[in-house]
Amino acid sequence: MARLVVMGGGVSGHTAATFAKKWLGNEHEVVVVTPNSQWNWIPSNIWVGVGEMKKEDVVFPLAGVYAKAGIDYRQAKAVSIHPNGSEKNEKAFITIEYTGQNKEGQTEEVTYDYLINATGPKLNFGATPGLDQGYTVSVCTADHAVHANEELQKVFEKAKTKKQKILIGTGHGMCTCQGAAFEYIFNIEHEAKKAGIRDNLDIKWISNESFLGDFGMGGMHLNVGGYTASSKIFAESLYSERKLEWVIGAHVNKVEAGKVYYELLDGTMGEEEFDFAMLIPPFAGVGLKAFNKNGEDITADIFAPNGFMKVDANYNAGAYENWKASDWPRTLQNPTYQNIFAVGIAFAPPHPISKPMSSPNGTQIFPTPPRTGMPSAMMGKAVAHSIVDMIRGASQPTHTACMSEMGAACVASAGKGFFTGTAAAMTVYPVVPDFEKYPGVGRDISMTTGEIGLAGHWIKHLLHFAFIWKAKLKPGWTLIPE
Amino acid sequence: MAAKHMEHIQPYSPQAGTMIPTKFRKFLRTCVIWQFIRFIAINIKMTLLILKSHH
Ligand SMILES: Cc1cc2nc3c(=O)[nH]c(=O)nc-3n(C[C@H](O)[C@H](O)[C@H](O)COP(=O)(O)OP(=O)(O)OC[C@H]3O[C@@H](n4cnc5c(N)ncnc54)[C@H](O)[C@@H]3O)c2cc1C
Repeated sequence: MARLVVMGGGVSGHTAATFAKKWLGNEHEVVVVTPNSQWNWIPSNIWVGVGEMKKEDVVFPLAGVYAKAGIDYRQAKAVSIHPNGSEKNEKAFITIEYTGQNKEGQTEEVTYDYLINATGPKLNFGATPGLDQGYTVSVCTADHAVHANEELQKVFEKAKTKKQKILIGTGHGMCTCQGAAFEYIFNIEHEAKKAGIRDNLDIKWISNESFLGDFGMGGMHLNVGGYTASSKIFAESLYSERKLEWVIGAHVNKVEAGKVYYELLDGTMGEEEFDFAMLIPPFAGVGLKAFNKNGEDITADIFAPNGFMKVDANYNAGAYENWKASDWPRTLQNPTYQNIFAVGIAFAPPHPISKPMSSPNGTQIFPTPPRTGMPSAMMGKAVAHSIVDMIRGASQPTHTACMSEMGAACVASAGKGFFTGTAAAMTVYPVVPDFEKYPGVGRDISMTTGEIGLAGHWIKHLLHFAFIWKAKLKPGWTLIPE
Repeated sequence: MAAKHMEHIQPYSPQAGTMIPTKFRKFLRTCVIWQFIRFIAINIKMTLLILKSHH
């Protein structure tokens, strides 16, 4: 009997664990180690953050689902990986520290034959002075979103009688996840209009993108109306239409009560006051350590300096001009330990997708690469497939999920409402541009499209129910695509 | 007096350099019949994308 251990029960880890268990049956063991007792459909946190959904609508308890699936669930966080075992333990293992199941604080060694790292991001609020002081809010977790809405409602209340200023965007020069902030600013604008207070709100965007619509993917060219036009044009159009001002190419370097300080790509410094601000923090790896049999630290062999796990990517691509689609990992297997894989946000990308830029002062200001839900889940499923095949005798991974060979469907909400809502429904193929295969804009323009409308909102809302249904392993769950 | 056919946009501002949707384009965004057609079209597009992405 082989044992697969999955660290992280989010989008990619939950997908990997549930498919692996379905395919392996009771012959083999699947263990999930994850610190939360609840699964969160993160994209709908945006609607929690504006009061259109409650926390209970976007989370559900994991224990019952894993019990039903026959998955061994440990409510704990992984702390370290010991790929060669230790002096006392012959087998490869991870150490975990319980956060629930009445074992809080207890540590344990969990042996594995195969290991998947799906631990997602550490929300690195500490990277920007003041960002961790509660002057600003976040929507990255369901609890953050609940708090964001409480603060937002206070500002909406004040806006009934006097002008208020709202600032939404990224809280550091090296952030990703601009898409989430994009959704939040448009949802706030939509709610403000509904509440009749729009005229009393100044709503401003601040981000590290060098142009609006970069989204950490170097932007995208959309095939619309007989033209192949940059996402910059569509983003600027939408921000203008909804009367949202923007500051771009900004590294937020300090946050105080009611004020952010920033540096721009041209080296100038600026500041913005706010009554309410939601700034996405930069992401890092969750800080897992690795040790060899003698207990020596081998973290740097397995993890990149940013804490994300090394996989089969080309980490020596060098300057932007040399980047190739083939730099991106395909099997997501760790090059040193062939029984370890990393999926979703947890794998170390070879380099950004957007062009790296710095200010004349040497401050790096550019988006780091996003790994959104669909690619993350597809990686989880592909790796689960490979591991199942390897357990059954394959000598190497049999499935691939490469961000320069897969597309992404992104539906960015711009306001909720069955008849009044809108969302930008975009398809992009591939996620990482491949200028050799698709000369010109690096993407298949017949597959890279976008439009805003009510249909996008219906799809977004449908996806909310579909993905929660799927994650709960309800009848037909395998038929719902990633 | 000229008819107010669209909202004022400050010349030479960043906003003035962008595309501005027409009233008809804005109407289509929440026109239920048109959006139902788009709903089907977008779903087909996304299905094709998913099929192309699976290896
Ligand atoms: C507000 C917001 C809105 C978004 N909207 C969209 C959207 O509309 N569409 C889209 O495609 N993507 C969206 N995304 C991105 C999407 O949520 C991510 O791509 C996706 O969650 C990544 O999956 P993951 O499995 O890598 O990480 P996660 O889903 O974050 O899962 C990581 C898991 O690991 C656990 N973990 C952390 N540390 C440890 C540890 N030490 N040991 C064990 N487990 C650990 C965490 O608790 C978590 O359960 C959004 C993100 C945010 C923040």
